[in-house]
Amino acid sequence: MSALLEIKNLHAGVDGTPILNGLSLAIQPGEVHAIMGPNGSGKSTLSYVLSGKDGYEVSDGDMLFDGRSLADMAPEERAIAGLFLAFQYPLEIPGVTNMTFLKTSLNAILRGRGEDEMDAASFLRLAREKSCGLGMNDDMLKRQLNVGFSGGEKKRNEILQMAMLEPKLAILDETDSGLDIDALKTVAEGVNALRAPDRGMLVITHYQRLLDFIKPDVVHVMAAGQIVKSGGPELALELEKSGYGEFVGEAVNA
Amino acid sequence: MSEAKASIDKETVDQVAKFGGEHYKYGFTTEIDVDKIPNGLSEDIIRFISAKKEEPQWLLDWRLDAYERWKTMDEPDWAHVDYPKIDYQDLCYYAAPKSMEDGPKSLDEVDPQLLETYSKLGIPLQEQEVLAGVRKVAVDAVFDSVSVGTTFREELAKDGVIFCSFSEAVQEHPDLVKKYLGSVVPKSDNYFAALNSAVFSDGSFCYIPPGVKCPMELSTYFRINEANTGQFERTLVIADKGAYVSYLEGCTAPMRDENQLHAAVVELVALEDAEIKYSTVQNWYPGDENGKGGIYNFVTKRGDCREARARISWTQVETGSAVTWKYPSCILRGDDSVGEFYSIAISNNMQQVDSGTKMLHLGKNTSSRIISKGISAGRSSNAYRGQVNVHPKASGARNFTQCDSLLIGDKCAAHTVPYIEAKNLSAVLEHEATTSKISDDQLFFCQQRGLDAEEAVALIVNGFCRDVLQHLPMEFAVEAQKLVGISLEGSVG
Ligand SMILES: Nc1ncnc2c1ncn2[C@@H]1O[C@H](COP(=O)(O)OP(=O)(O)OP(=O)(O)O)[C@@H](O)[C@H]1O
Ligand SMILES: [Mg+2]
Repeated sequence: MSALLEIKNLHAGVDGTPILNGLSLAIQPGEVHAIMGPNGSGKSTLSYVLSGKDGYEVSDGDMLFDGRSLADMAPEERAIAGLFLAFQYPLEIPGVTNMTFLKTSLNAILRGRGEDEMDAASFLRLAREKSCGLGMNDDMLKRQLNVGFSGGEKKRNEILQMAMLEPKLAILDETDSGLDIDALKTVAEGVNALRAPDRGMLVITHYQRLLDFIKPDVVHVMAAGQIVKSGGPELALELEKSGYGEFVGEAVNA
Repeated sequence: MSEAKASIDKETVDQVAKFGGEHYKYGFTTEIDVDKIPNGLSEDIIRFISAKKEEPQWLLDWRLDAYERWKTMDEPDWAHVDYPKIDYQDLCYYAAPKSMEDGPKSLDEVDPQLLETYSKLGIPLQEQEVLAGVRKVAVDAVFDSVSVGTTFREELAKDGVIFCSFSEAVQEHPDLVKKYLGSVVPKSDNYFAALNSAVFSDGSFCYIPPGVKCPMELSTYFRINEANTGQFERTLVIADKGAYVSYLEGCTAPMRDENQLHAAVVELVALEDAEIKYSTVQNWYPGDENGKGGIYNFVTKRGDCREARARISWTQVETGSAVTWKYPSCILRGDDSVGEFYSIAISNNMQQVDSGTKMLHLGKNTSSRIISKGISAGRSSNAYRGQVNVHPKASGARNFTQCDSLLIGDKCAAHTVPYIEAKNLSAVLEHEATTSKISDDQLFFCQQRGLDAEEAVALIVNGFCRDVLQHLPMEFAVEAQKLVGISLEGSVG
């Protein structure tokens, strides 16, 4: 079976500043990988490069998603192909309700795949079911997208979008930051519900706590734009105790 | 939020997808035999138009007087727009389909080609085409200089509502016309209004009798077809005591390389406790991306809340035209009267918009509300010009103005020019203004959720316009949302 996501020797930067320096990583279908690493090590950058944000340029290496090279795909094509990014800082869109946004997004993706759009009734049913599962009431669906949402509500909303779109690969960028303990559990349940043999996840986090709820198959340590160490869930526990000190030096020497 | 509303945005996006590359879907021309007079403006031309319509002497005199005054006036130059000088002698002031020669006909007799034109524009001119379950909308269709048909007249007549072309009103309801014509926009009000008063050819007339709530939406649909022809229509809407009407106008024109002039006058009169809601979806041909061609839309619209507790509300969605000069206004004469102005003005490519409103507070305890959303893209220029005036005797006047501009790209311009003049100390006037840009991060966020850049812009702009879109009648809100998407095509890339 070929990898769901294969990153080989990726060099990339933003606005001319190199940030990723030869990063390699492979996620097999069904796997959950966690990435941990100090502030500024390039975790969010990796998520933007994978999802195709403007200004982020790849200077070397490959990114294969389901065997397809991501490099030449527009951001929306990547989304249509099944790549989802839960943003570290979700955006606000005034005047557009959460419901409208979800529906526009879901239908754009279905259309992009050559499938029929979802009718209004089925959509409503699905949206209610998914939001209820995440402890969000109808009222949240009627509000303008992320406008006036608390930090935790915004994160929960990202997971709602993920649950609606059912991506093949979900990248979660610090979705746990700013969540209270109950919200953390709910979000983790949402993530776990999406785990499936043909799907994969890349979970960026600073806290081992999240990994108690979302059990990763592999944990990576990222420093200075590279993966400097990979291991099982126990690696996260180690990091929690000893910090990143030893890796920061390692990356520089690499 | 209702489910219907939710589905609208999807349609916006569909529509944008569907018209990818093809910017203006109403740009076709109708090949039809026309009766067109030679170019130029003179007393003779005015006499010709008046005779063609078999007008009474008083109306001819009124036109000629307007013409005399127009000749002494100067074209206004204070607006934030720039266009080559118009040669008024090089315009045609009257063009009508030959089939309409003997005046308006019953709908069954209207030239099938005209019916087809309107059906291509999405305007049903056959009453039976209106689907069951859909709210009925009566339409007066104006093609170049004449009205080619008005639907549901008989049904409306049962409630005493008069809805017909202006020419017919002159013949059949001369007293009403004489009483109200020019009573809101005097014939020498401004340069373009004077020109219109001299040469207006047709338009719509509507009268709602006392206490009647008009049983359906009324609408006028303007189409300029002929080349080198100006359209000068006149609309007069009167809501008698306690009456209510919701009125909509739509406008399109073929794509032509030369500019065409549209100088209309709309007068609204609301008597005691009456309410008029007037909505416009203006989609005249805007010219191409280099600014070639397009309509000059120089329009005077004014409503008069003539008696106590009258309400007039203007809602406009302005997406077309090469140059727009338009300030739908309210005269708040009656005590406790209310004026509202809700506007979305979009400019893309080389379009120029100078639009806004004037609220004139004359009566006691009058209030007005202005919500303006200006969206500029491309190399366009978009100005909001507003005036709130409180007369010394207008105690207890209130105004709330909110003026938001959204910029797309960095080559466009937005201007806000609010004038406030309060001569009564009890006035409470509030003004809020914001300017924002669509951020790259917002666009990327939408794209990451599967929308392409244009769909993303359409969604974000529709969100920005939400407060105004909500004031449009439901049927037209859908249309307007689509239009917002289409008119911003090519603004990101
Ligand atoms: N537009 C930019 N121009 C220049 N440098 C940038 C730009 N964006 C990010 N960087 C830099 O790239 C580095 C990596 O940033 P990134 O946001 O990927 O880190 P991160 O690992 O996600 O950190 P955190 O844990 O704080 O979220 C940082 O040093 C940051 O300052
Ligand atoms: Mg980060």
